[in-house]
Amino acid sequence: MSGFAYHRPHSLTEASELLGRPGSVALAGGTDLLVSLRHRAISPVVVVDLKSVAEIGDQIEIDDGYLRIGARVVLAGLIRDENVRERFPALVAASSAIGSSQIRNRATLAGNLCNASPAADTAPVLLAHRARLTISGGEESRTVPLDEFFIGPGETRLGPGDIVTSVDLPIPATRVGSAFARVTRRRGMDLASVSVACVLDSSGFVRFGFGAVGPTPLVAESTLPALASDDGWDNLLAVTNPISDIRASASYRRAMLRVHSRRSLEAAVDELEAGS
Amino acid sequence: MSDHGRSIELMVNGSTRNVVVSSSMTLLDLVRVKLELTGSKECCGEGECGACTMILDGVPVNSCLVLAVEADGSVVTTIEGIGTGGTTPLQESFLAAGAVQCGFCTPGMVVAATALLEHSPCPTEGEIRAGLSGNLCRCGGYDRIVEAVLMVSDCGGTDA
Repeated sequence: MSGFAYHRPHSLTEASELLGRPGSVALAGGTDLLVSLRHRAISPVVVVDLKSVAEIGDQIEIDDGYLRIGARVVLAGLIRDENVRERFPALVAASSAIGSSQIRNRATLAGNLCNASPAADTAPVLLAHRARLTISGGEESRTVPLDEFFIGPGETRLGPGDIVTSVDLPIPATRVGSAFARVTRRRGMDLASVSVACVLDSSGFVRFGFGAVGPTPLVAESTLPALASDDGWDNLLAVTNPISDIRASASYRRAMLRVHSRRSLEAAVDELEAGS
Repeated sequence: MSDHGRSIELMVNGSTRNVVVSSSMTLLDLVRVKLELTGSKECCGEGECGACTMILDGVPVNSCLVLAVEADGSVVTTIEGIGTGGTTPLQESFLAAGAVQCGFCTPGMVVAATALLEHSPCPTEGEIRAGLSGNLCRCGGYDRIVEAVLMVSDCGGTDA
């Protein structure tokens, strides 16, 4: 690791000012950042540790129809949370798939999104659930829908000085069924070759999130009647554009994407029916 | 400008330690190099293998992925802090089950399994395998390691 200055600000204003400087990077759990530092994939001048910024929450709260997950919440805390377990089981499944307990004790949900890997395990389910991010520029804050957040591999809409302060999930007004599935080369500690999540509501509308089948996590929508035909599936999956890489070939990804999208939908239908 | 020393204070295995570290030093290097506690191993250096597992403020973490400066004010337990009053039942069961082959993964395995048992005293075999999935054993000695943990699981066989 090359040398850098380490700052641990206590206020959002201070953190934002530091992150507005050239060559600065944000540090939350560090499970991606430390690997990049070690491999010298990045050589920041300033590392800004956000763990002492009180305005960035470390709690999960229900607020104005949203489940608000503070950006300091680690995956292990998310997985344990009763509200998340009850209302967003597919998010629990996706978060549990990440790394090991050692990783989940450090890694944050917000960090998984800000790292902007096309294979980010939590992105598909959050996209399917219409998550939005609350982003602070120090003084002002704004909300950005997650489906507008990702630009490309490792690239997001975050500008200099911007900090994600929470991940907000709208609590569905009516019952929904949800599911998460992923394909990996081995059972644990692997990045997804393909990941899928879907959220189905009682009107038959279904929203999918896809991971590792395009330059960013992707979203697509359809209905149960439309997905009764192969054309419906072709249309749904047209948004994806997988590549061949070290983990899987494009054609394998395409095939597995279809299989697991179908299975996810079946699981979501089962969940919806079980609850009604 | 960057790597001037920074003074931090942390509790390691019950002792308060004041050390000066550079901002790019990992917690693992702090413990191994500065504190000369070499039980924790560096293997992959990127959070894949778990050989560097320590308990940081009550939970197991990969110490290779934590900056030493991040641990300022924290409480850390390393393998040297486990069994200080005589080997623990888990350590005894590692010996009894022959769960040590080359031994390189063993400190991380023992720390991770100790944390697992503190959190969940009665893990099933599946929970043990999932709980230790962040700890690799290049010898492939997983069955005996899982057996060792099962031996001290409150509902997993013989009580230690």
